[in-house]
Amino acid sequence: MKKLASIAAMSALAMGLSSGAQAADETLGAVKGKGFVQCGVSTGLPGFSNPDAKGNWEGLDVDVCRAVAAAVLGDASKVKYIPLTAKERFTALQSGEIDVLSRNTTWTQTRDTKLGLNFAGVNYYDGQGFMVSKELGVKSALELDGAAVCIQSGTTTELNLSDYFRQHKMAYTPVVFDTSDQTVKGFEAGRCDVLTSDQSQLYALRIKLANPDGAMVLPEVISKEPLGPVVRQGDDQWFNIVKWSLNAMINAEELGLTSANIDKMKDGNNPGVKRLVGKEGPKGEGLGLSDDWAYNIVKQVGNYGEAFERNVGTGSPLNISRGNNALWSKGGFLYAPPMR
Amino acid sequence: MPAEVNKSLAPASKPKFWNDPDKRAIIFQILIVTMVVAFVAHIVNNALTNLETRGITTGFGFLTQTSGFDILLTLIPYDATYSFGRTFLVGLFNTLLVSFLGVALATILGFVLGVARLSNNWLISKAAMCYVETFRNIPLLLQIFFWYVAVLGPLPSPRQSIELGSAFINNRGFYIPSPVLEAGFWFVVIAFFVAIGACIYLSRWNHKRQDATGQQFPVFWASVGLLIGIPLVVYFLAGSPMTWDYPALKGFNFKGGAVIIPELMALLLALSIYTAAFIAEIVRSGIEAVSKGQTEASHALGVSNGRTLQLVVIPQALRVIIPPLTSQYLNLIKNSSLATAIGYPDLVSVFMGTTLNQTGQAIEIILMTMAVYLTISLLVSLLMNWYNKRMALVER
Repeated sequence: MKKLASIAAMSALAMGLSSGAQAADETLGAVKGKGFVQCGVSTGLPGFSNPDAKGNWEGLDVDVCRAVAAAVLGDASKVKYIPLTAKERFTALQSGEIDVLSRNTTWTQTRDTKLGLNFAGVNYYDGQGFMVSKELGVKSALELDGAAVCIQSGTTTELNLSDYFRQHKMAYTPVVFDTSDQTVKGFEAGRCDVLTSDQSQLYALRIKLANPDGAMVLPEVISKEPLGPVVRQGDDQWFNIVKWSLNAMINAEELGLTSANIDKMKDGNNPGVKRLVGKEGPKGEGLGLSDDWAYNIVKQVGNYGEAFERNVGTGSPLNISRGNNALWSKGGFLYAPPMR
Repeated sequence: MPAEVNKSLAPASKPKFWNDPDKRAIIFQILIVTMVVAFVAHIVNNALTNLETRGITTGFGFLTQTSGFDILLTLIPYDATYSFGRTFLVGLFNTLLVSFLGVALATILGFVLGVARLSNNWLISKAAMCYVETFRNIPLLLQIFFWYVAVLGPLPSPRQSIELGSAFINNRGFYIPSPVLEAGFWFVVIAFFVAIGACIYLSRWNHKRQDATGQQFPVFWASVGLLIGIPLVVYFLAGSPMTWDYPALKGFNFKGGAVIIPELMALLLALSIYTAAFIAEIVRSGIEAVSKGQTEASHALGVSNGRTLQLVVIPQALRVIIPPLTSQYLNLIKNSSLATAIGYPDLVSVFMGTTLNQTGQAIEIILMTMAVYLTISLLVSLLMNWYNKRMALVER
């Protein structure tokens, strides 16, 4: 009896210890073992991560998850999507519930340094804006003194909003909801005059309104919001994989590689293309992946430009122009380090 | 027979200590306590080590950092330049506000309904029954959404507000004039406390007089008169040291006056209506537990109906009512955390929501939040247990 108890105690202690030793360097092995990537996404934001009519997730952030799955497992469909509110997202990543967080998350110093997380790059350069109902007759954010403002809780938006109104010596009433859906409902029901969020989200949320034409987005952009995928700190291999999956998409666009032409172009003479598809250059070795990892991404998910147009650009109801999110060579900010 | 038992209990040689049930029990208990303590210590240590290796900041240093966000409803001075420690207090006070108001409203409503269910009037008792059966059988979260989305949501916008005298109601809240106190108002406050003192004195004097002479004095009405009369006279003598701040539509919203936000109204309505259904049943069971003979005996002594209820039935019913009532109070306080669903800035929403997300320190914040609910609940329990003891039957 006593022996049994002491054995139980020993094993409990051992279990605690082993869970302590685990953590770093193991995401790749765990993902390969499971056979799918666990990806944290939003609870539904058109263009970024939103389930379609059949329940399949789609969007720019979802394509990052699919790119990682294509690179690691050779199959972009092997992703398990976990919808998270803004409040839940970091805890879910820290606790290992998800392998990568791709959920329109702003890269900030606090998040990068104090939460045990690493941002693997930027897949959308955004900025915070305001949406108002047209009948209010407001033309600028500086006319918003005294307004009630709907916000999603746990976002950088909450902080920027407070800064902006304080700087311009204006008063406002914050009305804080948990999900972007609730925020839109609050705005529609008239609980607040203004809905504030990242501009891309405002366009996405506007098409969710019963009467999208009744609302307008004000011209002011009050902050910079670089959005990107996030991984846990301490697992450099996995960090590299996510970072280079995104870089591969951007580089593919720069090389003119698309999901449609990659099979034709991979046998050509362009040395950049040869390196990307893994015939030359660093291949997949340093990442711990097969040599055709980047080929799989472009073939199955497409390059960044394709993903952009399909989800948020001209091929989507959002109809957002490339703007800051064009390649560096075309006047935007997108610039991926070379694959060599 | 007894002799034989004695013999078997006192064997020639002393038993091995592990064969002695008493000693064995002590050993096991020490063992288990050691194990539990070691286990907890290990878990804590393990968590701290893991957090450190993963580069997650720990400790309570964040409580002094600037919060940077604003909150819809604050009972204490607060803006974005205050610290995260202050957001904790703001959330705590908002939780206490809705809990306190909820407990008060639910108690009043519950007692009225409980008595109504026992009414001889068929309509009243059946109406009370319908109420109880409806509201205690619908999930609370659903009721909160009902009040927030279906009842308060469709109210008109500020520019089309419903006017009630100098108060306004719209989908942003209930705007009422608020009193502005001037310097001389202190006298009125003092007068009020003097009136309370006078009431206590009056009540004691009445008891003594009744014991001595058997005569009664209408203490209740006299007290009401004192409580209203003395401050009122002082108020006018001091030259009416109070003005009203009226709400008025300016720009987007009403300014001035005080506002009761719809989130608070919805939460308060849902919490008190839901809990009142349970309290009503508790009150009914308490009153029915007092045997009918008590009432009949009291009537036989010529005591009036009202006095019977006040002096015979209710004191005995309270003994049955108080313990389950405490549970309902505790439920209400804990249920108030559902506030986060509609954006009422309570502790869970402000501290465990926004603050947690801005700082990322989940463990510290969740521990603090749990400790707060535990403390509030234990304090309420303590208070109610003390009251229960006071009301309990004193046997001589």
